Amino acid sequence: MCEMSEEYRESAPKGSPPPRLGTRDQKCVKCKEGLPVVVIRAGDAFCRDCFKALYVHKFRAMLGKNRLIFPGEKVLLAWSGGPSSSSMVWQVLEGLSRDSAKRLRFVPGVIYVDEGATCGQSSEDRAKTLAEVKLVLQTTGFPWHIVALEEVGRPSLFEGLGVFSLPPSVLRCFAQEPVGTESAYKAAVDSFLQQQHALGADGVERQSQHCAQDPHSPAGPPTTAQTQALSRLFDSVKTLTAKEELLQTLRTHLILHVARNHGYSKVMTGDSCTRLAIKLMTSLALGRGAFLAWDTGFSDERHGDVVVVRPMREHTLKEVAFYNRLFAVPSVCTPALDTKAPEKASIHRLMEAFILRLQAQFPSTVSTVYRTSEKLVKAPRDGCVAGPRCLLCMCTLDVDTADSATAFGAQTSHLPQMQPPVTQAGVAAGPCCCAGMGGGPSCYRGEDPRAQVMEQLCYGCRVNMKDLPSLELLPPYILSEAQIRSQRATAEQEVQEYLLGDSEDEARTGES
Amino acid sequence: MPAPQCASCHTARAALRRPRSGQALCGTCFCAAFEAEVLHTVVAGRLLPPGAVVAVGASGGKDSTVLAHVLRELAPRLGISLHLVAVDEGIGGYRDAALAAVRRQAVRWDLPLTVVAYADLFGGWTMDAVARSTAGSGRSRACCTFCGVLRRRALEEGARLVGATHVVTGHNADDMAETVLMNFLRGDAGRLARGGGLGSPGEGGALPRCRPLQLASQKEVVLYAHFRRLDYFSEECVYAPEAFRGHARDLLKMLEAARPSAVLDLVHSAERLALAPAARPPPPGACSRCGALASRALCQACALLDGLNRGRPRLAIGKGRRGLDEEGPRREPQPSLPPTSEPVPDF
Repeated sequence: MCEMSEEYRESAPKGSPPPRLGTRDQKCVKCKEGLPVVVIRAGDAFCRDCFKALYVHKFRAMLGKNRLIFPGEKVLLAWSGGPSSSSMVWQVLEGLSRDSAKRLRFVPGVIYVDEGATCGQSSEDRAKTLAEVKLVLQTTGFPWHIVALEEVGRPSLFEGLGVFSLPPSVLRCFAQEPVGTESAYKAAVDSFLQQQHALGADGVERQSQHCAQDPHSPAGPPTTAQTQALSRLFDSVKTLTAKEELLQTLRTHLILHVARNHGYSKVMTGDSCTRLAIKLMTSLALGRGAFLAWDTGFSDERHGDVVVVRPMREHTLKEVAFYNRLFAVPSVCTPALDTKAPEKASIHRLMEAFILRLQAQFPSTVSTVYRTSEKLVKAPRDGCVAGPRCLLCMCTLDVDTADSATAFGAQTSHLPQMQPPVTQAGVAAGPCCCAGMGGGPSCYRGEDPRAQVMEQLCYGCRVNMKDLPSLELLPPYILSEAQIRSQRATAEQEVQEYLLGDSEDEARTGES
Repeated sequence: MPAPQCASCHTARAALRRPRSGQALCGTCFCAAFEAEVLHTVVAGRLLPPGAVVAVGASGGKDSTVLAHVLRELAPRLGISLHLVAVDEGIGGYRDAALAAVRRQAVRWDLPLTVVAYADLFGGWTMDAVARSTAGSGRSRACCTFCGVLRRRALEEGARLVGATHVVTGHNADDMAETVLMNFLRGDAGRLARGGGLGSPGEGGALPRCRPLQLASQKEVVLYAHFRRLDYFSEECVYAPEAFRGHARDLLKMLEAARPSAVLDLVHSAERLALAPAARPPPPGACSRCGALASRALCQACALLDGLNRGRPRLAIGKGRRGLDEEGPRREPQPSLPPTSEPVPDF
């Protein structure tokens, strides 16, 4: 693994060489009968049926092994139009239509978030994309939701959609449902099967009749005011890295809100093995080392009531691409934030290019990173009690005074890179100084909204927000939640001496 | 455009901008700030208690030169005494020149110098001999694997020879960042679980080690060396192009260009990795042959030397490995990841 130069790899092997590809008599390595059509890893050639079986098996095994999705549960499929999520939706579609013994047993819905405003697409292009998207969604037959990132919906009882009309409660973590034990899962499956049996043929049909229309789709395209507000927000962000992170955050919040409103308790995203390996390395470089297990693991339950699940995490992008091609899975290609961006434009791009390049040289890079990610656990630091959560990413804050290295490093580096007036510099350095020296966090609060927001963010989100010069452009729900939290913290500080025991839990259960 | 005034003393003209913060400082103020930060690292982490006899791993390169110089400045304040320990790996055309630089430094700073050579410690195996022995098998020579482990052992030996109580090395923040990237790419969960702190407290008879320059970025180390006009040896090892660390280094350079705080962010991430208990290395015992700290029956150095002496240099490479098969060619089933014992140091 330490080798870089090519010449060492070319000397002849001692053992028998692997079977040469392309010879007429090579057979599928699995069934040994069919003619191979794809080569997954080098040397493993599969015929069409075996490949399909392998692919489907991986998907179902991932779901079955983790036993997180209970029968009858409502699951929201986050579809971006890209190959991996399209493949996932297709797998769910096929899985639901199988004969009853092996049928997948949850109730899916699909959500598509239109992000055209962030990359400056014109409204005609967006309308065209949406038409294609609707076509695909209708063929699935699941209830679907198309949401534009910025739009304001009709005033309905769901308070409208779009990041500019989200309520601050999106950022709160609701009480977590206890994870079912093994027997609870089995009991749930059994009772579900009995129910199905009792309902008979009618019941089955009724249940599988999904409405083909989204009952809550908003009247028309998003208003220009909202679109402009979103474009202004994204234009003001200085680096592509921060833009991508912000987009991800906003998208997550929006999907979460839709899921909560419509009673979905799980969200499935189509992150493939390759994408997750890249995501892991990117998160590492962004300072999110503490949250890797949540960012790249199978289940992400930091939001409490809605759990994000990644069933495609063992499929490599190569397999997904082959499958989509061989079995004609429909997908919609849309330009994204980083389309046509140069390689060095953002950390995400850099890491992607790096990993893919390294993968070409060391073909097991992606799987190695993936295996390492499986060894990560979702643990707070030793001896650390679950503390306040980050405003944006909702992970437990990982910036504390006990940290010698980076609090110190943050101190020395926190004089801002741009040249603002001295007073601004002093205030901007405020939160970190306070964090580093363990002073009360209330010293700058109430005087500067930026400091107020910054100190409620985890390390990674803070670094990202540094690239956003003016926090007022953020959607109002973020700012108001920040205000609510800091007010509560100030109030708590005042009565700290009178509080007995752990008031955090009580407060949390009180609000859920 | 005339240079701005130094932001610290406000009298002299600024001679540089600090890479991380962009603050403009004059040469003296920068050096003072750098030294103050190293002092803070040592004091806050309680790394070198007063009365410590400190063995400084000196390779003649910029990091160890700066380290020795700074510690020498801070020695009276910390109450420590310093010894330079240089390791001669026997790499022709490289190490001799580097050692000459170390000798000059020892004379200039009036510090005692001890040189330990692989040839003496390890039964005649110099790095060149190791490279010849591992070459030609159709795979990489993995020189850096051998060199790193043996060098750490040699440093420990040298430290014992001078009666030191602590060992310091000149690893900077960039090295730490590269290490964490590298460990993820190679799937080295054991090292990931162990790394990230400010050094090791010295378990099982090994001397406590630390890295006072750990929070200083590489650029600042170079700037410091420039302003203090330090004489160091700046060529890279002849085997360096083969090292996997080169990939991580390139990546780090690009990351830093995209986001200047990338190095610090990586160090932060590394500190907070949470690995499953099963992935952590077993509690260390003692090597059955030499008595040094070891996770298994034989310490890594003994295991590697064993392999070399038996004519099977790759014997110890790949044993006890916990990951996947990482190597591309399926010609040889033996994977090439070095077992988890000590991190590959990088002076």
